[in-house]
Amino acid sequence: MKKIFINLSIYAFPFFFLLSSVNAQKTAATGNRNSEEDQCYKCHKEIELLPADFLESDVHRHAALSCSSCHGGDPSSDDQEIAMSPKKGYVGVPKRKDIPKFCGKCHSNINIMRVYQPRIATDQVEQYYTSAHGKKLLAGDQNVAECASCHSAHSILPAKDPRSSVYALNVPNTCNKCHGNLEFMKNYKIPTNQLEEYSKSVHGIALLKNKDVSAPACNDCHGNHGATPPGVKSISHVCGTCHVTNYEYFNATKISKIFEQKGIHGCEQCHGNHSVQKPNDEMIGIGKESTCIECHTTGDSGYAVSQKIYSSLIHLKNKFDEANAKYLEVRQKGMNDIEIGFQLQDAKQALIQSRTLVHTFDSSRVSEKTVKGVEFSEKASALAQIEIDEYYTRRNGFALATLIFLVFIVALYFKIKDSEKKRS
Amino acid sequence: MIKNTGSKFIAWIDERYDLSPIRNLLQHKKVPAHKHSLWYYMGGVTLFLFLVQLFTGILLLLYYRPGEDSAYESVRFIITEVRFGWLIRNVHSWSANLLVFFAFVHMFSVFFSKAYEKPRELTWVTGFIILVFTLAFGFSGYLLPWNELAFFATKVGTDIVGVVPIIGEPLKTFLRGGEDVTGATLSRFFGIHVAILPAIFTVFLGLHLLFIQQQGMHEPDHFKNLPEEKKKYIPFFPDFALKDLLLWIVVFNLLIFLSLYFPWELGNKAEAFASAPAGIKPEWYFMFMFQSLKFLPAHILFLEGELVGVLFFGVAGFFWMIIPYIKIKNKPNWKIQPLTLIGIIVVAFIVIMTVVGYLI
Repeated sequence: MKKIFINLSIYAFPFFFLLSSVNAQKTAATGNRNSEEDQCYKCHKEIELLPADFLESDVHRHAALSCSSCHGGDPSSDDQEIAMSPKKGYVGVPKRKDIPKFCGKCHSNINIMRVYQPRIATDQVEQYYTSAHGKKLLAGDQNVAECASCHSAHSILPAKDPRSSVYALNVPNTCNKCHGNLEFMKNYKIPTNQLEEYSKSVHGIALLKNKDVSAPACNDCHGNHGATPPGVKSISHVCGTCHVTNYEYFNATKISKIFEQKGIHGCEQCHGNHSVQKPNDEMIGIGKESTCIECHTTGDSGYAVSQKIYSSLIHLKNKFDEANAKYLEVRQKGMNDIEIGFQLQDAKQALIQSRTLVHTFDSSRVSEKTVKGVEFSEKASALAQIEIDEYYTRRNGFALATLIFLVFIVALYFKIKDSEKKRS
Repeated sequence: MIKNTGSKFIAWIDERYDLSPIRNLLQHKKVPAHKHSLWYYMGGVTLFLFLVQLFTGILLLLYYRPGEDSAYESVRFIITEVRFGWLIRNVHSWSANLLVFFAFVHMFSVFFSKAYEKPRELTWVTGFIILVFTLAFGFSGYLLPWNELAFFATKVGTDIVGVVPIIGEPLKTFLRGGEDVTGATLSRFFGIHVAILPAIFTVFLGLHLLFIQQQGMHEPDHFKNLPEEKKKYIPFFPDFALKDLLLWIVVFNLLIFLSLYFPWELGNKAEAFASAPAGIKPEWYFMFMFQSLKFLPAHILFLEGELVGVLFFGVAGFFWMIIPYIKIKNKPNWKIQPLTLIGIIVVAFIVIMTVVGYLI
């Protein structure tokens, strides 16, 4: 049992996030050392030779693991010769090519890892060797990313900790440390503007600007430990993990098969990849911004279908906008907007569904939905108009009532004066 | 033609029921005319607003459905679907507020003109009881739309009742129909608002009006001291009644204006498990008491601060009601007499506390 813990590596992946809460309990159970007893820490601190990236709140240190848990040696001895003796299992600083296995000593062993987190994955190293990074490392490339490149060596924090280099908001910058480095990337012939493009994309704005951690970062599309560029077949699967309906519609079309045969990336062909923008209706049809006309030309069926889909969508969008403007006017006037709101909700739902149905490339299916949306919009418009008319009717009614009251008041005034005159 | 038919009808009734007392009252009743005559109209306006409440309340009853699952929905239905329902509901809400306002104005005008003095002590007492019931109308009616603000305001209001020693807790449970404010409280408040209070209110209002008719309008000291030939009167009918009517029409027009341009928001439906929304405040006429309780420390001597506050308002209210029976000697050297000074302090206290309550 003791041997197992001596072998615990300090290089780790961010699955220790529950460690802190059960820290004291586990320390007692495993016999790990606290700072006072750990001679490695004591001496290195005294002589100011702690690693440059050393962090007191590192996840392993927080779990009371000693330096020796990864680097070996005898942490109970204050004699350097004994403590750092190879006989005592001291291995020192691992070579870059050995790092994945170095961390994997513990992280690939469920018997060790379940002590800290019962549901933790232990296939990180296995995945890593399938990644572009892992393959190159195996091939002898000493420049590619290994565990510590992303997680750091001595300042590892749980992935859910906002300070962590692998926290969702920090992932794009972590990847960009290497992928944005022109010098570093020139040997791999990979562009270095991904972060710049991503930052302007709908995903990047959601994550980096709006701090929406549910928005996809690099690893959500490329994978993390098994990071690799998505292939032709997998790209629609990648997008489809979030955009489920779009994926299902697209996957059932003839075009998806043709794309596959021709080696065209499904979603990316029209939407782009890192710089993916919020889609708009102008991407359909035959206008300047249309992506359809990149392949389709006048006279072919795709060209006509695209034109039809665009017309249906725009018709619904105009009707919806018109109804929405009236709805806002009704609200601003403080009139009853409940039923209009319901109708508009249905219209908006139909508009969203119509836009999703674009991925079927079937104009009749799109127009079937837009017709429904137009009906809801027109009903909302009509209801809104009734409320707007009612608003003015009430004011006119009040003006008329005030006029009648005024006549009464004047009449009464003269009657009272008349009565006073008679009496005097 | 119509005049003839009317005269014949009155003659027909007169022959059978002898209308001479009413005729005499209308012919002979006089109202003093002086520089403070305006205050005589405040009671009439209050009465008119009560009639508006009665009329609009009955109309609302046609659609209102008490109950946790129906009260809010029915009020929403009234203001959105029922023809002129929005107007009736808003007039009812605005009229309730103006009614309380004019009742206070009427009360203080009577107080400062010392109209409560002998022989009008009981008119004052019944008037005070009517005011208390008016506030009870307001408190019970506030919950009926079953919206968030009303729900939590009722919770706070009934909690305050609970601090009264001995009877507080049973009274709170009685008002709530249980431990908490629930649908049972709503049913109870509905019953109190539309049946119990109107029945008792009508009795005291009837007595109040009867006393006024019996004793006529009060003449303030400066008028009483005038030589007989300098005292001016106007006949109650038709002059005073017409002026009353004129004012009522103005107030009615104001009510419609307020209802149209400042409708009462319905807000969100009450949700017992939701956290209290920010800015929970009682209705403005309870604000001075609410704010005073908030200013009190947790403990005053060996008593809870809130309890001291509630007891203070209870005792103060009681003394205010029996003020015609309390003899306070006038101080000839004082520019402002002690009772007037008390009245000024009370008005200032109510106004300041209300303003502070809305500003803090």
